[in-house]
Amino acid sequence: MASIALGPAAESRETPAHLNEPAWVRVLLIGLAVLFLTLILLVPLAAVFAEAFKKGAAVYLQSLTSKDALAAIRLTLAVAAIAVPLNVLFGVSAAWAVTKFRFRGKQLFLTLTDLPFAVSPVIAGLVFILLFGSRGWLGPFLAEHDLKIVFALPGIVLSTLFVTFPFVARELIPLMEAQGKDEEEAAVSLGAGGWRVFFRVTLPGIKWGLLYGIILCNARAMGEFGAVSVVSGHIRGRTNTLPLHVEILYNEYQFAAAFAAASLLVLLALVTLAVKSFVEWRHRRHADALAARERQGALREEAAWR
Amino acid sequence: MRNTSKRLLPGFGLTMGFSLLYLSLLVLIPLSAVFLKAATLSWDQFWQTVLNPRVLASFRLTFLTSLGAAAVNAVFGLLVAWVLVRYRFPGRRFLDGLIDIPFALPTAVAGIALTTLYADSGWIGALFAPLGIKLAYTPIGITIALVFIGLPFVVRTVQPVLQELDHSFEEASACLGASRTRTLWKVVLPELLPALLTGFALAFARGLGEYGSVVFISGNMPMKTEIAPLLIMTKLEQFDYAGATAIAAVLLVLSFLLLFVINGLQRRANRVQRQA
Amino acid sequence: MAERQGSIGWQAWRRIGRKAGVVVLTAALAAGLTACGTDTGGGTAEGAKKSVELLNVSYDPTRELYAAYNQAFASYWKEKTGQNVTVQQSHGGSGTQARSVIDGLEADVVTLALAYDIDAIQGAGQLAQGWQSKLKDNSSPYTSTIVFLVRKGNPKGIRDWNDLVKPGVSVVTPNPKTSGGARWNYLAAWGYALKANGNDEAKAKQFIEALFKNVPVLDSGARGATTTFTERSIGDVLLAWENEAYLALKELGADKLEIVNPSVSILAEPPVAVVDKVVDKRGTREVAQAYLEYLYTEEGQTIAAQNYYRPRLASVADKFAKQFPKIELFTIDEVFGGWAKAQKTHFAENGVFDQIYKPK
Repeated sequence: MASIALGPAAESRETPAHLNEPAWVRVLLIGLAVLFLTLILLVPLAAVFAEAFKKGAAVYLQSLTSKDALAAIRLTLAVAAIAVPLNVLFGVSAAWAVTKFRFRGKQLFLTLTDLPFAVSPVIAGLVFILLFGSRGWLGPFLAEHDLKIVFALPGIVLSTLFVTFPFVARELIPLMEAQGKDEEEAAVSLGAGGWRVFFRVTLPGIKWGLLYGIILCNARAMGEFGAVSVVSGHIRGRTNTLPLHVEILYNEYQFAAAFAAASLLVLLALVTLAVKSFVEWRHRRHADALAARERQGALREEAAWR
Repeated sequence: MRNTSKRLLPGFGLTMGFSLLYLSLLVLIPLSAVFLKAATLSWDQFWQTVLNPRVLASFRLTFLTSLGAAAVNAVFGLLVAWVLVRYRFPGRRFLDGLIDIPFALPTAVAGIALTTLYADSGWIGALFAPLGIKLAYTPIGITIALVFIGLPFVVRTVQPVLQELDHSFEEASACLGASRTRTLWKVVLPELLPALLTGFALAFARGLGEYGSVVFISGNMPMKTEIAPLLIMTKLEQFDYAGATAIAAVLLVLSFLLLFVINGLQRRANRVQRQA
Repeated sequence: MAERQGSIGWQAWRRIGRKAGVVVLTAALAAGLTACGTDTGGGTAEGAKKSVELLNVSYDPTRELYAAYNQAFASYWKEKTGQNVTVQQSHGGSGTQARSVIDGLEADVVTLALAYDIDAIQGAGQLAQGWQSKLKDNSSPYTSTIVFLVRKGNPKGIRDWNDLVKPGVSVVTPNPKTSGGARWNYLAAWGYALKANGNDEAKAKQFIEALFKNVPVLDSGARGATTTFTERSIGDVLLAWENEAYLALKELGADKLEIVNPSVSILAEPPVAVVDKVVDKRGTREVAQAYLEYLYTEEGQTIAAQNYYRPRLASVADKFAKQFPKIELFTIDEVFGGWAKAQKTHFAENGVFDQIYKPK
């Protein structure tokens, strides 16, 4: 099964009529989906932006450029910049191990990978307190060496890592599972090395899934509230991430400023999506029909080879 | 052939080793702290804590609302993914971009925004209030918050698979004279089923632990709308770490078992689909 | 073949990947640097240092108070010693904050909602015994009480505690299990019921039960409850700290809300303390001590009063007499025999509060 590495839009532009639903079904389905998304997503978002701009654009900008807000933004970006690449590394390697090989305990491994999703954020923070807090297992050791983990950046990074742990792996595993490993095996039997196989054969096929995984992981890393709140210590301008800053503002009855900071997180998420769309668009521009046909031909050759 | 080519591909040692190390450092060791802390209770104390009627009621509420929300998300998430991948319509890209928002938005903000809307005085709540239906501060409100939180899981796991799905199967099915409905039901859905199950499981699991968004909309009434994570918080407020970890440990074990079963189902669906 | 398949898109990817790598590295470095910078404040030899940093770990309703007070103290300290002092603030639920300090948050001073929470910090060995007698007035430089916030015009005619248990009156208060402020609310109601019923505990329990029957939503924190009452328009009356009620009036509209003072209420004494272990380690005892003591001076008391906390100092209290109507106040020691006991009887596992919600 060849993965046709075309952008999704290009793919369905070519959808022939007999592989499509009747027009009225399409309209109905689109309508249903839009209605659902409106009720669950759009209206709450609109509410956030409406609140954010309630007091005008000046207040909006002002609340985003205050000293504490800027410190919070910096911290949030730093945390995401450390946590996301690490989890991508894990996600890719776990997906490779799980989908390309059979081994005992695979199901156990997968379930353990999922587990951080099910852990209440409160507990996700608490575990690091139990480990690194001053009464924790490693507390005395850390105090002796004057190392700070909880209530400082490392603790915030750790809890963010924990919370966003499964995203990339979870995104890749079903996808790589669906694609099987025939192509990789073919490449290896043709003498390609492991890294080469991964970069040239596997990665092109999973890049959308990987990209989604990164986007999700990043969004969640920046938006995480509960777990970070437990280990942050809430020191203003120091250990407050953007979501914690939102809470502070909200608790000060500065609703407009609070929602302004929240809307910034929404915008950050939208920026990552814009990047994704850009990559998609560039990719499509290059991959013209000719290349597609060439690939098909090559694949047929490859099949013959085997 | 698949079985014999077990070790044809390189990199098992490296990737598995790294994955296991990372998993242990970041998940297993920290989570074991929960169990060790809970183990400082005697059996009696432990059972008294977790079999307390209020705790049981909160477990039931947490499970039912998470399950409800995951089910809603499985149906509508599949629909949304399908519509986004297969159809062209104005605003499609915009909607596609919005799907991830529930992750990016701090859960507390989501909770506040949803409560504002679904309370009796809110835009949406006001539509239902005259019918005598209360949304916020009821289990329905909790479910709404969990649907919001869990939606991206289903859409984003189904979407890539749907994108990479080869049209040739559908083509073949159509050529063999199967109706479109039958093709979708018998050919496309089985292909998507593993991803859909994964999405369902993740949304469900996420719902079990969710705290930030739910506390605002739930009303936190004991026996009625009090979720399990709130009880953990309650215990902590009283410096009862052991009690808190006891409840957490039960939640952990239950969700582990559930995820384990769903993962098993998912793998089986996968195998069936690949043999087909 | 494999090369060709991915080559076009892959090149773009690699370029992006390289750029992303640079960004990531820079960000990680920057983060590392800021993290290192974090620890440099408040060194050991305080006297010799030009500037010093304090961390004040406090509860939610004191944000505005300490924002103003920190500036005043900084200029006072600069004048007195020539040293620049920056006070970092951390706010949150009182119990949560106490837990953070216990678990290693390096607070030089704690200013919390209940003595019980500071007792817990002392129990963990961070504070010397007898902390509460180290400063005047039970280490509570300012006090507050519990009042009612009702909607403008008081449509339900709520005048006193016994109006709260009437059928059809909806009362908003946060959850005493998770909120320090809510515990004061609860104890104030209990104290009233004892007084009204000639110290009959069973009657008081009935009263509390009836009261909580009228509570539609138990928010987890005091400010959450205020928002539920004001922004979601839920409930007829909000039980709140006096200072919170005034602040809500100021921030959320005096045209929509008004304050009702009950006939009797509790004297809430939010305590402050120096965290011995931390100040000894960081060498900040002198400035931390001065920081808390300055709260008792005329200027400190005035700032407290301006932020709607009842001052202890008679001269300041007289100046603000109009703002704080006379309410008959009882202390927790008089009625409950101290926090530890109140906590155990009412809020601990299977305490009186839990019994209210026991399924029957």
